[in-house]
Amino acid sequence: MQWDVVIGLEIHVQLATNTKIFSGSSTAYGAEPNTQANAVDLAMPGTLPVPNEQAFRYAVMFGLAIDAEIGRRSVFERKNYFYPDLPKGYQTTQLEQPIVGPGHVEIDLPDGSTKTIRIHHAHLEEDAGKSLHEAFFDEHGHGMSGIDLNRAGTPLIEVVTEPDMRNAEEAVAFAKKLHSLVTSLGICDGDMSQGSMRFDVNISLKPKGQDELGTRTETKNLNSFRFMEQAIAHEVERQMDILEDGGEIVQETRLYNGDRDESRSMRTKEEANDYRYFPCPDLLPVEIDDSFIEDCRSRLPELPDARKARFKEQFGLNDYDASLLSGDAKLASFFEEVAARGKDAKLAANWILGEFSARLNAEDKSIADSPITGAQLGDLIVRIADDSVSSAGAKKVFEALWAGENDNVDAIIDAKGLKQVSDTGALEKLVDEVLAGMPDQIQQYQEADDKKRKKLMGGFMGPLMKASKGQGNPKLFTEILKKKLEG
Amino acid sequence: MHNKTVAELSRDLAAGEVSSVELTQHFLDRIKQEDSKYNSFITVCEDEALAEARQADALRSQGSATPWTGVPFAHKDIFCTNGVRTTCASKMLENFVPPYDASVTANFRAAGAVCLGKTNMDEFAMGSSNETSYFGAVTNPWGHNRVPGGSSGGSAAAVAARLTPAATATDTGGSIRQPAALCGITGLKPTYGRVSRYGMIAFASSLDQGGTMARSAEDNAMMLNVMAGHDPKDSTSLDRAVPDYTATLNEPLKGLKVGLPKEYFTDQLSPAMEQTIRNAIAEYEKLGATVQEVSLPNANLAIAAYYVIAPAEASANLSRFDGVRYGYRCDDPKDLMDLYTRTRGEGFGAEVKRRIMVGTYALSAGYFDAYYLKALKVRRLIQQDFVNALKEVDVLMSPTCPSPAFAKGEKANDPVTMYLEDIFTIAVNLAGLPALSLPAGLVDGLPVGLQIIGDYFSEARLLNAAHQYQQVTDWHQRTPE
Repeated sequence: MQWDVVIGLEIHVQLATNTKIFSGSSTAYGAEPNTQANAVDLAMPGTLPVPNEQAFRYAVMFGLAIDAEIGRRSVFERKNYFYPDLPKGYQTTQLEQPIVGPGHVEIDLPDGSTKTIRIHHAHLEEDAGKSLHEAFFDEHGHGMSGIDLNRAGTPLIEVVTEPDMRNAEEAVAFAKKLHSLVTSLGICDGDMSQGSMRFDVNISLKPKGQDELGTRTETKNLNSFRFMEQAIAHEVERQMDILEDGGEIVQETRLYNGDRDESRSMRTKEEANDYRYFPCPDLLPVEIDDSFIEDCRSRLPELPDARKARFKEQFGLNDYDASLLSGDAKLASFFEEVAARGKDAKLAANWILGEFSARLNAEDKSIADSPITGAQLGDLIVRIADDSVSSAGAKKVFEALWAGENDNVDAIIDAKGLKQVSDTGALEKLVDEVLAGMPDQIQQYQEADDKKRKKLMGGFMGPLMKASKGQGNPKLFTEILKKKLEG
Repeated sequence: MHNKTVAELSRDLAAGEVSSVELTQHFLDRIKQEDSKYNSFITVCEDEALAEARQADALRSQGSATPWTGVPFAHKDIFCTNGVRTTCASKMLENFVPPYDASVTANFRAAGAVCLGKTNMDEFAMGSSNETSYFGAVTNPWGHNRVPGGSSGGSAAAVAARLTPAATATDTGGSIRQPAALCGITGLKPTYGRVSRYGMIAFASSLDQGGTMARSAEDNAMMLNVMAGHDPKDSTSLDRAVPDYTATLNEPLKGLKVGLPKEYFTDQLSPAMEQTIRNAIAEYEKLGATVQEVSLPNANLAIAAYYVIAPAEASANLSRFDGVRYGYRCDDPKDLMDLYTRTRGEGFGAEVKRRIMVGTYALSAGYFDAYYLKALKVRRLIQQDFVNALKEVDVLMSPTCPSPAFAKGEKANDPVTMYLEDIFTIAVNLAGLPALSLPAGLVDGLPVGLQIIGDYFSEARLLNAAHQYQQVTDWHQRTPE
């Protein structure tokens, strides 16, 4: 049988506020366990939450960016369940009256088309702490779990899509687009390895063409695009196997282990908690007025779609390069810096998407960690464009910059003797000298057809580059050679 | 010395007739000698109190004193006190020492008041007799086998027994007014949001309100001057100017329009009770008030709505007591579920568990609409009743509770009868209004309280009305012996 795959996503996006959503504790990542948890975060008796205005601002900015209705009356509810990393015994979240109503996001598909993914809503909530299931033992020798509440109370928006995606590619394209949006907005640092964005994937299958949706499963807490793609492929296959064998899908929550490409059931619908949501009496409903929304609108930066269009228009980039460079806010501003300094935007794009990105990936670095600044790369682009350095030489300059040997492009070119000679008089003299010692090869060349001549040209270039100590401009050498050999 | 009011003691301190250390020592001695009869304190802060008194005396000698500098008082053991254990009368918090002050605590500290100790109460403020305390029941100073009311029974008994001139208290459904009435003192529950709830251990967040207990209305006004105000740490506290509540105590009552809710004067009131209340109201007429009957048509729904909403909120508020971070933890838990079930099973008393279960039930899937949402609708109707009635009159008057102090054990095993104790007080919390109870007579030798309910933020008027009555009567000066 042929099957339609139906995918919806729920994405937890950590907001890049300095402090927590209901307390003044820092949200900085990586501190010693429990050093960023105050009495409110620990749910000490009598403590009360006070909402962080910045979290509301970020949520509204997100809403505006996806063209959503903003919930004018935003109500927090308590979602009740017991877990050691949930200090109050309930999560403060939104249910009936979320801050962001229905909106939409456009995604680019590999075939060049675009697709609209509808957003059901996005709500504000607090993150839980972390349970550390390491080797802790109590005085009776029983194993214990450690609890780190630094993350408890970190503001999140949970973005819930409609089931509008049909395969892993679309889901990943959406996830990447969302990542691009929230990082461009500056409301999330986008660092997935630190859990700044976490994806839950709802998947169901139905016979091709059928309207009614099949039973879905939810695979939780995927924290990389690759794991998400794998988990979807894995789950689609698992469901298909069951359905093809005449079985039924159990509505359940599943956990995916990316290292082993395995998943297991976490809990079924029957085992699901009754969360007993009710409005949190410690927090008054938050009224969002026009002036707050307009203030948020005035803070919106250029968004990825607009930036992509501008890159194509302003810099003459092709669709693919413009897409890549506009998708990541930091990459986009790096590109703009390099392009502005280096004058040649296309060359800048090639270098950033080629050598530079490859090097960052190879060393698992972000742009912020790059040893090469935008200004340096811009300077290098200038020297490539004005023929001061050959592309082979430019790679050596890039390496020197990366290794921190010197921070000045021209100084490296000088020190390494990479300056390309483009003085035609001097080059002609060298060509004459070299050709004088190669009469056989000249004859061979002149007797050859066009196709063969191209190959034979290399035979002259070697000695020429050697004679110029590698500094002759190969393009000019070729021109001069052609002139001399073909008369 | 212990028969004096806060106002009198404050004047004596200012005049240099007594030092705070002498005063504090006197009350500490009284607690030591007398409290074995009442059990009104859970923790006595002898060393801390004397240190605070010495500091207060030093401040007085430097000329930088507030009316409260050096005046002793006590906190209900529901207000967190930095460095002093705060139990909420529960085994769950038997050894809990908060590393922070409640905002109310901080306010009294800033005013220079001397905290004698932490008073007994019903566990987590759940009760109307102070019999649910893990630290034992409290005895009403007016009668050896009588309850002091609850949940602020320790504060009420301590003030009535003159072990402290004043005490803080909280009121979720009558927990200030009912014990004030049963112990023959004056107690005020302010408008919801008038006093910060930060550091006040939550029972039902939308109903809880910190308030005052002392013998006179004037002393209550002095307390409220310290307690009231907006607190950035409590987003439900209201940002409204705080008047000097003592400044308007002497306003004449001429023309005050008093409403008597007919639903509060029914045959559930004994003739003696009703007569006592009618006498008090007659006194108000002599002071120039006019009296008319008003109606609160949904009054009979208040208890039912309250006993859905309050337990629902409590069921979530008390989830934090899980044995993970602080408070009681069961011995040698086998696994997580065992940790939770035994910690909470052993740490909470029967009434607390009953209310957690009721609240959990009311919020459960399938029951939420029928119970919780319906109760919220009823709450709005009740609130509207008061708004309507208070368009016609300035204040409402009623008995605070149906009868004087009952005997210990009399209602302890019958929760519903116990809940009916709050029949006249509970609707006020649902509406978020201010109300006070003042001593208005004796029935069978036991005090009877008159409740005065006012519009939002009318605390000054309520205190004024109570003070004027106390200028022409002496019920608030009667002592148990």
